[in-house]
This record gives sequence, structure tokens and C-alpha cells, in this order.
Amino acid sequence: MAADQGADGGAVTLTRKDFSSDQEVRWCPGCGDYSVLTAVQLLMPELGVRPEELVFVSGIGCSSRFPYYMNTYGIHSIHGRAPAVATGVAIARPDLHVWVITGDGDALSIGGNHLIHALRRNVNMTILLFNNQIYGLTKGQYSPTSEIGKVTKSSPFGSLDYPFNPVSLALGAEASFVARTHDMDRKHMQQVFRRAHDHEGSAFVEIYQNCNVFNDGAFEQILSKEARPRMLIDLRHGEPIRFGPDRELGIALNDHGEAEIVTVADVGEERVLVHDEHRPDPTVAFALSRLAEQPTMPTPVGVFRAVQRPTYEGELQRQLAVAQDRQGPGDLRSLIESGGVWEVS
Amino acid sequence: MTAETTTSSTRRPEALDRVVIRFAGDSGDGMQLVGDRFTDVSASFGNDLATLPNYPAEIRAPAGTIAGVSSFQVHIADFDILTPGDVPNLLVAMNPAALKANLQDLPPGASIIANLDAFEDRNLEKAGYHGNPLEDGTLDAFRVYQVPMTSLTLEAAKETGAKPRDAERSKNFFALGLITWMYTRPVETILHWIEERFAKNDLVRAANLAAFKAGYHFGETAELFDHPFEVHKAQLPAGRYRNISGNVALAYGLIAAGQQAKLPILYASYPITPASDILHELSKHKNFGVRTIQAEDEIAAAGIAIGGAFAGQLGVTATSGPGVDLKSESMGLALSLELPFVLVDVQRGGPSTGLPTKTEQADLLLAMYGRHGEAPVPIVAASTPSHCFDTAFEAVRIAVKYRTPVILLTDGYLANGAEPWRFPDTADLPDISTPFATEPNHDGEFWPYLRDPETLARPWAVPGTPKLMHRVGGLEKEDGSGNVNYDPENHEHMVRLRAEKVARIARDIPPLEVDHEDGARLLVLGWGSTWGSIKAAVRRVRNGGRKVASAHLVHLNPFPANLGEVLARYDQVLVPEMNLGQLSKLIRAEFLVDATTLSKVQGLPFRAAEIEAKILEMIDGR
Ligand code: SF4
Repeated sequence: MAADQGADGGAVTLTRKDFSSDQEVRWCPGCGDYSVLTAVQLLMPELGVRPEELVFVSGIGCSSRFPYYMNTYGIHSIHGRAPAVATGVAIARPDLHVWVITGDGDALSIGGNHLIHALRRNVNMTILLFNNQIYGLTKGQYSPTSEIGKVTKSSPFGSLDYPFNPVSLALGAEASFVARTHDMDRKHMQQVFRRAHDHEGSAFVEIYQNCNVFNDGAFEQILSKEARPRMLIDLRHGEPIRFGPDRELGIALNDHGEAEIVTVADVGEERVLVHDEHRPDPTVAFALSRLAEQPTMPTPVGVFRAVQRPTYEGELQRQLAVAQDRQGPGDLRSLIESGGVWEVS
Repeated sequence: MTAETTTSSTRRPEALDRVVIRFAGDSGDGMQLVGDRFTDVSASFGNDLATLPNYPAEIRAPAGTIAGVSSFQVHIADFDILTPGDVPNLLVAMNPAALKANLQDLPPGASIIANLDAFEDRNLEKAGYHGNPLEDGTLDAFRVYQVPMTSLTLEAAKETGAKPRDAERSKNFFALGLITWMYTRPVETILHWIEERFAKNDLVRAANLAAFKAGYHFGETAELFDHPFEVHKAQLPAGRYRNISGNVALAYGLIAAGQQAKLPILYASYPITPASDILHELSKHKNFGVRTIQAEDEIAAAGIAIGGAFAGQLGVTATSGPGVDLKSESMGLALSLELPFVLVDVQRGGPSTGLPTKTEQADLLLAMYGRHGEAPVPIVAASTPSHCFDTAFEAVRIAVKYRTPVILLTDGYLANGAEPWRFPDTADLPDISTPFATEPNHDGEFWPYLRDPETLARPWAVPGTPKLMHRVGGLEKEDGSGNVNYDPENHEHMVRLRAEKVARIARDIPPLEVDHEDGARLLVLGWGSTWGSIKAAVRRVRNGGRKVASAHLVHLNPFPANLGEVLARYDQVLVPEMNLGQLSKLIRAEFLVDATTLSKVQGLPFRAAEIEAKILEMIDGR
């Protein structure tokens, strides 16, 4: 718990209020963004950070209004560029906690390049990707995560685009931390966010988020109360991956290394894959991400991958220190005079 | 005409006041390298000088063809010179293509040193010659020296053990040795440089040393040449000098500005010709706390720099025209966030990919207007290679003081060109730092857009500072509180405020200095790298007894406060520009002045003679 010195000198515990700005929240009533905001604001006092140590950086889109609602430092930047802007903040000030708020269009379409490069560089930041499989702010065009055949204003005959699977994409982009959660379960979100925050390096979190105006029920088939036991596969490090109303189902790798759903009683418990977030090679995590092509089939949630790798800004700091060691602190005069100097009198 | 065969008994150097030498060869022949060396040794010897490198965009265009020709022109003199020279006095041609590509620039009577070995059928054919110009009278108007550089180099390198194929590549050092003798340059400096530069490769070092010495001795003993020449030290203003190119000067200027602004530099950029050398240079100086990032693209480079600025560092990015296009949206963001940010545009020939390695000044209107909405940004432009230092410093000063993005314009000619630089005493550099906000500024709250009444700059509160948490963004905001605001009146107020903030910078920049002469009715107004050519042209016109005035703009937005008044003093205004008249457009629009444009868009700087002719034409009403 973060504590502050109160006026009377006693320790004051920070609360949600300390992390909430005075701005009126302006998402559509019923939007999944509200529950993510609540989860984050409630979690903050538990992370042991102070509001001034946090920087929320967003791009453009419904979810990108998020920073305005946080009583922290924040930048509502331009479409797709949040990971780049956040990289600048993180490099300049490794002592800060940088969060990126983005959406499926922002991060995977116009900003795809910045996302993958931030991930491979392992810049220390927590990236929350609000995936609602639609363009909300521009009023309902198909997005890079919309399913093939999706009928929208811009695709009256159905979308032709094959969608991205954000978790697969992040794994392919060398991300050191990759997770998925959803807007229907605050506890799960908070567990995942906390892990992402604690991770050193780029932490990528896909959040299934319902846009009740333009794509209502996109995740209904897996997130409805009745569906969850059958459809959500909770990944827990060190445990066999099992799910189903009676945990009768499990995940096993077949001879090709692909993840498959098996009935545990049929194959035997020893065949069930034990989840290992720390596996250096991302192949198994990737196989898990391919289990469900779309969130209409049993879908893993939780932390897919969490490995340690040096952070970009950590390495940059190291280079700065080495340069100082080797060359001494910068001296402008000797730099300027480093070419052959002559005197005219 | 054939090679000179005079024998001279005296062989004492003949003094010249100036000479223009052009080294030309295949792009793989190392012409830039030897040109650089000759320049450096002449600079440290004490000549004034200016250089003009010219090379193809392709790393290795087909060998032996005109397209693959790379050249380096250097002008050295015993007085202060302003340009790399209109026409070469001496051309070193390493092959027929180099001869053919450069011949039209030579005045009658100029000298040519040709690598005889390269003038064989295949090379002649590749260059598009039907006969051999060394034999068929093509070069009758010139003094031609035929030197078998390749075979002499191979001969000299034999004892080093270098394989002939490798040894052959040292022939540029043979040429350098010969020219070093011809112009009585200090030999030791070059020998020392070769030793150091090739310290890690014994064979190459030995072959280059042997070739260089062979070239030098050839000049001394072959008696092909009458006598060597010398160009005495120039009488430059007293001070300490070094030789410097524009890109290096710019990098130093940023480092100096970072130090004087008390801000670490966060430099993010994407490789692009001709700006990459700034990244190369800065990345060597991490001991100054300079953070350099090679971004994934031009847009990211700008975004990273802006993020750094928000976090309290000096965000800088450099690029060329195509990159400026891509950074337009980020510039708009920086302008709306009102954060310090410097964008350097090392201009090259456009549009599109255009002429990556050639110079142009056609991005002025892009810098001025290349963003959506009313989006004014301050613009400064460098006039000479060393002036890149001063303008980098000035760009940072304005950015930091006014919390605004600033565009610094240089160009390919400045970036790669070099000149002696009387560098400043670092103790004289002004403090340009600005304090960060530390306390709430409005009834216990922090209002991020509550401005300084004088500069209209908003407070710069960096993350980590308690009680000053705030959000900024690209949406229109209410002045003062910074809250998102779509109110019509507020928007117009903000648009006008942002314009006023930039306009007020005119109070804070020096008035335009005019090099006036009594009786002059014509003003030559320039900006950027045309400085040297304009000055030289004006000098010539005056030497011819005519009257002319000149002035050169460093600040393009806002203009110096006295510009309108200066323009009004003259009957005629001539604006030479390496574009189709962009500054002319601006001053016509702003001051209703009927300015005349002198355009040149050939990827090459103006020759003084071209501007001189136009001035005379205008004065004489011809
Ligand atoms: S359009 Fe959709 S995503 Fe956007 S605020 Fe409304 S419900 Fe939420």
C-alpha cells in the first residue's frame, strides 16, 4: 500500500480517489471501458506507486480517452503512436511507471509498427490493448481483429480481411510478457494488470472489451456466465491446463506441437500440458494462442508468457554509464577541439 | 595536345592565391576519402576553404559509367573565400567516365590529371566515348597530364605483399600523394593519418602508404610537372580554428545547447540521407548523457522525441524531406502540447525520393505550412557548415524558452560541405535553461496552460513532480486549465494565441543586418546555404564598380522585425533560391514586395557567377 504523509504527520493511505481525475467520464453507458477504468483505479493504491510516478499514454480511439480520467501524468497522443511516445517517456525517465492505453485499431492497424518494435525492444511499459473488434470512435467500421465476413458500415457485403490474433502477434514480436483478460471479471483483470505492472520490460495485455453500441456481444459466446466454465481456459503457472464445468477437459500438445483440447479421462492426466510462463522459447505459448481462432471457441486467458530479458532503457543507462567511465564526463571544449585545431593571431 | 614534358631546373613552388581542385572517379574509388584528407590537411595548414562533395545515390552504381561517378571539389585560398569555387582549376580524373562527367565544368586552360591506365577501350566505351579523348584532340583547350596511376600504384605496393586486386584500390592515395606534392601540403600529417586510420589492417595500411609516397615522389621526380604550387595561409580573423562539416557542427551545436539548457538530449531518428551523420556523430557522445535511438520509422522518431520532451528532456529528431512529410502529424501534436522539440530537416532534392544525395532548398514552404490546421512553428536556417552549430543552438533556445516545436533547415550541401570554423569559447555560450514548474499555479491546482504573460509559454511540469499531475493531448483545450474544450470561441482564441506566441519571438531575435553600400538600389536577399554564393557574387559586382546590397535571413519564421522596413528601402529585391521561389512567395505575401526570383534546382549550389550575372542584368535593366 502506498502511503502519504498526512497534514498531521500521520500516514495516509492512498485510495481510488487519489488516482481519479475530476474529468467527467464520457464513454457510452454500458461500455466495457468503464469496468477496465474501475479495475485500474482500484488497483493503483495497491501497487505502491504514487500518482506522480505514473504516466498514461494513449493514441486515438474510445479507450484512448483513458488518461484524461486518471489523476496521473498523461498524454493523449496521435493515432497509433502511443508506444513511440511512451518509449520516449520511458527512456528519458526509467524511474517512472509508463502505461500505454490503446485499442485494436490504434495498436494493430495504424500503429502496428510501433507496437511490435516497442515489444521487441522490451521498453519498460504496460500496454493495455482494449480489443472490441470494431472501430467505435469513428462509429462502427470493421477493425483488424474483426472476424472475416463481418458486416459493418464499411463492409456491407462482409469484411474480407483476415483478423489478427493480438496474443499471437505479440508473441511473434518477441514480447517478454503477454497476457489476456476481459472486462467481465475485475479480479482477473487486476491480477493480470498487477503482474504486467511488476514485469520488467514491455508487458502486453489484451483485454476483451465489449462495445455495446457497435459490436455488442462480440465475446458473449465465451464470456457469458453460463459459457465461461466451458469456454475460458485459465492459465496458471505450474499447473496442468484444465477447464470445463468439472475440469474434465485439458490442453495437450499433439505430435506436431499444436495445442489441442483433450478429455483428461481419455488421455490420462500426465498428457495434460503443465503451464510454464517462463519457458524461454515462445513456441508453446504461441500454440496456446492458436487454440481459438476467434473468441467463439474455448479461449485461454491469463499470462501466456513472462520471461526476463534486459530492458531497453536499462541497457541504455548502462551504455551511458560505460561511456562516462571510458571517455569521462562530457567536456564540450575538448569535444569541439577534437579535430585538428590551429590558431590564427 | 600531349603531356607536358618541360624540364625545369628551378622547381621552386609558384604561389597561388587560390585553387579549386576536383577529385573525380568511380564511386568505389575513394574520392570522398582523399578529398576529405586534402581538405583537412589544408585546413590545419591554415588556408581558408570550402568543399562540395557530389556522389551518386547508389552505393555502387555500375563501375566505369557516368552514373557511378563520385567527385569532391575543394577550394583553398590565402584569403577568406565563400564558396567551393565556380569552376575547377584542376580535375583529377580516375577514369574516362569521371572525365566525361566533369569536363563541361572546366574553363579553358584548366589542368587535368588523368589516370592513363584507365583509358582503355572497355572503360572508354562504358563512358560513352567513341575515341580516346586523351589522343583525339578533345582536350586541346586544357593542360593534360597523363599519369599511369594504377600501374604505378601496383608497382609501389608490390613489396608490401598486398594482392594486386587489393593494391589497385590504393590508387586514390597515389592521386592524393601527387596532389599533395603539387600543392606543397604537409606530408607528415597525411602519413600519420593513414597509419592511424588503417592501423587494424597491415596490408591495406602498407599499400596506401606506399601508393601515397609513390604519388608524391612521382610529382617530385617525374618532371612531368613544371613546378609545384603553394597556397599560403589565409589571413583569417584571429582565433582558434578547426575544420568542420555541417552535420558534425549541428551535432556539436545540439550537445552545446543541451548543456547550456541543462537538459539531457534525447535524439531519435531514422536513417536517411543526408541526415544520418548527425545520428552517427551524436551516438558517439553518450558520455554527455546524450541518448540516441534509431527508431523503427520517421514517425516513431518524432513520437519518441516528444515523449522525451514531456518527461523533461531535450527531444530532437533529424531527417530529410521524405521524413518531414511523415513527421507532420507529430509536429502538430508537439505544437498542440506546447512542448520543446527540434526537428532538423537536412533538405535534399525532391519531390518524393527525388535526389537523395543532392542539395536543394525546396522545403521552406513545407516547414512553414506543411501541417493541417493553423499550425505555425518557428523556423531557423543555417547559412554555412559551421553556422549549423549556431543555428542548432538557436533552435534549441527558442524551443525551450517558448515551449514549441522548432524546425531547423539545413541542406545536403551544408551537411557534407566543410569549412574552417572559428569556434566559440565554450565559456561564452549563454545559459538557455528554463526552470521546470514545481508548484501548483492556480488556487492550489496545477493548470498546464496558464501562460507566461511575456513569452506566452506554458509551464513545463515533468512527471515525478508531486501535485502537478496533468494530462495533455492533441484535442483542443481550454486556455489555462488545459481541459478538453470544443467551445467555438475558445478554439479561435487558442488558434490566435498559438500564432501570437510564435509571432512574439520576433522581439527576441536580432534585426536583419544589411550589407549596404551607399547608392545601392538593389538588395539581394537570401536564406540558407546560398549565403556563400551570394556574398561572392556581391563582392564581384562591387569589385566591378557597381553598387549592390545584401542581407541573409537566419530566422524564417517569424521574420526579423525590421525585414519589411529593409525591403522597403530598395527599388529592387532579388532572391536567389534553390527552389522555384519559396522565400519570394513569403515576402510577397507578407510585405507586398515585388521580389524577383533567381531559381536553380539542379541539385547543386549556385555558382557566384550565376548570381553575379543576374544582379548585373537587374542593375542595368537588361
Ligand atoms: S462506441 Fe463502443 S467502445 Fe466506444 S465508448 Fe461507446 S460503447 Fe465504448
